[in-house]
Amino acid sequence: MLKQLLIIIPCYNEQASLPALLTDVGGLQIAGYAITPLVVNDCSTDNTYAVAKQHGAKVLDLPINLGIGGAVQSGLLYAAQYHFDLAVQMDGDGQHPPKELIKLLACNEATGANLVIGSRFIENEGFQSSFTRRLGIGYFYWLTRALTGAHIFDSTSGFRLFDKKAIELAAVYYPDEYPEPESLIYFSKVGLQIRETPVIMAGRTGGQSSIRNFASLYYCIKVTIAMFFSAIRKTQ
Amino acid sequence: MARIQIITIITSLLFLLYISRLIIKGKLREEYAIVWCVCTLILVIFSFWRSGLEVMSKLFGVYEAPNLVFTACIFTILVYLLHLSVVASKLHKQNKQMAQDIALLKEKVYGEDKRIEK
Repeated sequence: MLKQLLIIIPCYNEQASLPALLTDVGGLQIAGYAITPLVVNDCSTDNTYAVAKQHGAKVLDLPINLGIGGAVQSGLLYAAQYHFDLAVQMDGDGQHPPKELIKLLACNEATGANLVIGSRFIENEGFQSSFTRRLGIGYFYWLTRALTGAHIFDSTSGFRLFDKKAIELAAVYYPDEYPEPESLIYFSKVGLQIRETPVIMAGRTGGQSSIRNFASLYYCIKVTIAMFFSAIRKTQ
Repeated sequence: MARIQIITIITSLLFLLYISRLIIKGKLREEYAIVWCVCTLILVIFSFWRSGLEVMSKLFGVYEAPNLVFTACIFTILVYLLHLSVVASKLHKQNKQMAQDIALLKEKVYGEDKRIEK
């Protein structure tokens, strides 16, 4: 039987890079999987919605801007509602090449991990981002290890594969803003198996990163606080 | 009655009147009004009871009566601000859930429309 795989593409003003990405995703054929692309339009001010519809993707059109966490969670809610077996988050800016998806699926098949993270830093290939950004990522590696004991090199990577159990958990609780490192604490606390697999990422093809200069300090502080409180919070 | 007493009493009562008007017009929910009513009531009490402030200061062991007023005011304001942050967080969460539900429903309706068209 084919496994149902949902590709969640959270977008905020990505009309420039979306067509290429959707064409790539549409051309994707992986044996054993039925692929459904789902664009989550996070209240874009450009034509993201129309562009996504033109390319025949299913679109969740959020009436207000929720931020990346809220947008991804909307996609996961969709996955839970329609009983998808797997869901993968793939950023709308083209940083996550669709063909790399095969590596995530292979890791899931081989290890049975509930959450597979596509990591830039295991083999250090492809787009590596700036020095300060890498410094931050090193800090989060250390913090994640201190709080959960897990070795996760690329804890800020948004390229992630969720299995059924992870989808159901994330549908109930997923952080709003800068969710990637914080959600790892939550997932490891509830006992999900988290694995990392090397992938090659591209530089963005259009649009702007959600984390820029002045915001990065706020990012570090906010995420540190969120991770700390996630770690001491009781889970059901 | 001293002039300052008359001024504070009138101001407090006007404030209370304004709060009542907001509640009547439905612009202020009762649960948030309670704290404002209590505050105004305290102001009215101390307006009538002039030596009250001195008595309270002695009771708390504060040397200068105005210091007690400032400390109490600032503390109350901080607690109330925290309460408002909690309310804002709750609204934020509910707002998010609502937006997600709307988005899911929109997609569903869109799919149904397409099917009917066919």
